[in-house]
Amino acid sequence: MSGETAKVDPMHQFTIEPLLGATWDVAGFNIAFTNSALWMLITAVVLWLFMLGGMRRELVPGRWQMTVETFTGFIDDMLEANVGKEGRKYVPYIFSLFMFILFANLLGLLPLPLAMVGIHAFTFTSHFTITGILAIMSFSIVLLVGFWKHKLHFFSLFIPHGTPLPMIPLIFLVELFSFLVRPFSLGLRLFVAMMAGHVLLEILASFIIDSTNAGAGWGALIGIPSFALMLAICALEILVAGIQAYVFALLSSLYINDAENLH
Amino acid sequence: MDMEAAKLIGAGLAAIGAGLASIGVGNVFGSFLGSALRNPGAADGQQGRLFIGFAAAELLGLLAFLVAVILIFVA
Repeated sequence: MSGETAKVDPMHQFTIEPLLGATWDVAGFNIAFTNSALWMLITAVVLWLFMLGGMRRELVPGRWQMTVETFTGFIDDMLEANVGKEGRKYVPYIFSLFMFILFANLLGLLPLPLAMVGIHAFTFTSHFTITGILAIMSFSIVLLVGFWKHKLHFFSLFIPHGTPLPMIPLIFLVELFSFLVRPFSLGLRLFVAMMAGHVLLEILASFIIDSTNAGAGWGALIGIPSFALMLAICALEILVAGIQAYVFALLSSLYINDAENLH
Repeated sequence: MDMEAAKLIGAGLAAIGAGLASIGVGNVFGSFLGSALRNPGAADGQQGRLFIGFAAAELLGLLAFLVAVILIFVA
């Protein structure tokens, strides 16, 4: 066998492939159905079935209904703690956002055994386009609510109570800039966390394969610890999937609190 | 030094930021655990702020990773 090992490309797993034909052109834009869209559809269907199973309204809830009620109660409490009494009206949005991101992150970790024919679980939240749009949605709600409710008084958000008068222009600019960075940081956080996790898993998997190709001794020496590390990192990735979904929803509700209650 | 080598060295240097981020994240959780052991009753109420602090520290570390990725794949 040749000593040449193929160069590992950890980014190949993130390529977006059109599934049913390369170009469906509408007005010059390619709207082909891609693997990213397929996994968004799968996430939506799984989430819908999950919620359906929990909405049977038994008086003494079974485990499924308890799980769904745990999630809804969790988001309800989070919004009430962060936004206050008016937070209830954002529960549908924040709940959908949280569950969608959570299911997307978790479904992307599924070890489908068909990777050799090219069918693999795709984490669509590992693309900045997707997470950026979700962040823009949250930020638009913040802006719309802020300007609808407070009109131009919304700009008083950028001047904290008790700033001395000479510092107000500078503080205003600094606060304005940090406010405008918010959607970027929201989307970036989720995107990089997901991408970094999957790149790490792929690198470890490549260690196992390359070391086993180099001989049984190397395979045992490098492959087995790499496999153990992969198990641990997968467990960590499940935790990170949950944490990143929670952080996205939590920060969205905090930004909505800024818009609703100004200070 | 040719461009490709310089980019890869730059990416390696940028990854040092990940180590610094680990100190930051550990600081956040360590402070929380230390004070939670002193006052367990107040700990559950502050869990939200714990995750906000974690998210902020993690984001800055991920920015270092982002710089490394940009150097390797984009620039």
